[in-house]
Amino acid sequence: MLMYIGRRLVLAVFTCLAISVLTFIIIRLPPGDFVDAYIANLASTGSSITAEQAESMRHEYGLDRPVVIQYALWLGRIVEGDFGVSMMWRRPVTEVIGDRLWLTMVVSFAALFLTWTLALPIGIYSAVRQYSFGDYFFTMLGFLGLAVPNFLLALILMYLGFRYLGLSVGGLFSADYAQAPWSLAKVWDLTKHLPLPACVLALAGTAHQIRIMRANLLDELRKPYVITARAKGIPERRVILKYPVRAALNPFASSIAYIFPYLVSGSIIVSLVLGLPTVGPLLLQALVAQDMFLAGTIVLLLGVMTVVGTLISDLLLMWIEPRLRITGR
Amino acid sequence: MADNSLPLVSVRNLAVEFTQHGGGPVRALDSVSLDLRPGRVLGVVGESGCGKSVTARAMLRILDRNGSIKNGQILLDPGTPQQTDITALPGEGNRMREIRGGRIGLIFQEPMAALSMQYTVGNQLMEAIRVHNDPGKAVARQRVIKLLNDVGIPRPETRIDTYPFQLSGGLRQRVGIALALAADPDVLIADEPTTALDVTTQAQILALLRRLQVDKKIALMLITHDMGVIAQMADDVAVMYLGRVVEFAPVNEVFAAPRHPYTQALLRSVPNLRAPPHSRLATIGGAVPQPNARPKGCPFHPRCPDMMPGRCDTTAPAPVPPGQAGASCFKVEDAALVEGVAA
Repeated sequence: MLMYIGRRLVLAVFTCLAISVLTFIIIRLPPGDFVDAYIANLASTGSSITAEQAESMRHEYGLDRPVVIQYALWLGRIVEGDFGVSMMWRRPVTEVIGDRLWLTMVVSFAALFLTWTLALPIGIYSAVRQYSFGDYFFTMLGFLGLAVPNFLLALILMYLGFRYLGLSVGGLFSADYAQAPWSLAKVWDLTKHLPLPACVLALAGTAHQIRIMRANLLDELRKPYVITARAKGIPERRVILKYPVRAALNPFASSIAYIFPYLVSGSIIVSLVLGLPTVGPLLLQALVAQDMFLAGTIVLLLGVMTVVGTLISDLLLMWIEPRLRITGR
Repeated sequence: MADNSLPLVSVRNLAVEFTQHGGGPVRALDSVSLDLRPGRVLGVVGESGCGKSVTARAMLRILDRNGSIKNGQILLDPGTPQQTDITALPGEGNRMREIRGGRIGLIFQEPMAALSMQYTVGNQLMEAIRVHNDPGKAVARQRVIKLLNDVGIPRPETRIDTYPFQLSGGLRQRVGIALALAADPDVLIADEPTTALDVTTQAQILALLRRLQVDKKIALMLITHDMGVIAQMADDVAVMYLGRVVEFAPVNEVFAAPRHPYTQALLRSVPNLRAPPHSRLATIGGAVPQPNARPKGCPFHPRCPDMMPGRCDTTAPAPVPPGQAGASCFKVEDAALVEGVAA
């Protein structure tokens, strides 16, 4: 078991390193270096710096050293928490991302939570009552959910929410709180704004997860151990929940790994439409503006999130699957 | 019929149909009658798909959702004041759940697939005890340890906390038997209990079943396609073909003087040690028809060497009367008629 965890951890670290190399390459992709871009940026606003200043900047950032050293320096700074400076915002990347990261997490977890609380029971229902009216109904709804572009749904829900429910839509905060420091009232304000984006973001994922759960459970329901459980005289509800559902949860748990980054990167358009102060729109802006330190950092974050998500789902699998726990490969 | 004690279970004219998604109904059982008596073993033989397992599942009312009992009765304790018709009980009612496991236990073919890999042996066994008559966790655990010991599992006090995938096939099937016995049923249905096991383990499991059945005076219904197992275990034999009991007789009669052409063919196709070397093993011509393409008349007539055209392919012979040795076959009926006239 410790072997299993150890192996996953080592693999995770190596994967993160590989992601960092890719990120570094992305950052260096545009012609010229950061200082060239900086000078060009200054020039566009009418000011300039001397060649000596440029050289000293290059030296300071290690841009005059070999690529490998540059990578090492860059990685070293990241480990220390220095992700570089955003050219677009002229502030450290950490500051630019700042609260957005946590808000992204909050929105993502809300969506994930909603996805599961909806998908799990509906998936179970659809499988147990296969080919029933309810099954067809949810299947249709599920395909609709998969087919409708999220941003469209966001627009429609915003309209409905605003027109008929008088909700304050768009963003995660009311105007009063957007710039205010954190307080209980602000958290409450966030809670009020959360359901709409969470619903929109959860929709496609829910549809997907319903299909997965339904298919998994249909496979499991056919297995002899279900009949064994029934033959013991256990009530049907407990038979289903204790045995096949438990077994069908395994693939469900592994899906956390990819749902995580999807909720961040897949939500860019929705976030733009809804005006969410999350990481997604920032990534888009950074890419458009060739703000490579910012873009690189976000890409790095997404990559690391995927790795962490995979790690979490591995550990979760180990927890719910005794075979893994005991044979521990 | 050496034993005249009342049966514990009497199946009468049981018919089961399955509806296929997007298709018509398929009849899986047709007028099946069987008696299970205390302390006796009823062997049920037949090829795959002949309705052996469906009979077992119907008796516990755990058919798949698309299957339903169309006709007949399954009487528990027939002829006593407690007589209950299982087919008339609500499938999910308390009474039916008490019967499952509590009165009728079920042992499965594949010990690997029949146990959940997610829970320990103890968890699954204790559940089987506690769902019926909960004596509390500690007592249930003690009973499970005793049960595991009874079915011949060494070191039961440690094995109780293992997962099924940590056990060998033989041990797993012993756990399966313990599971069926957990709530102390007096009727046991063993659905091909040894098919998935190697020969040595097979012999051990059969011996164990025999011992438990004799000790506890259990009425055992042993479903198998193996004539060897029947010869070794059964007191009476019901031969099934395409959802019908085509022959019923005490075991020695079935082997010495099989009545139905299908039984005769089955016995011919058992490998024989005394057969001359390099001789071909007899087979039954053709294959079991698909249940949805059931032949008209006697279901066995397309494969029957003694088929009487115009008769066997138009009407079905009467089913074997319950509790009597006989065969569902016109040839047998005719022979009996001739005997009757001669007498």
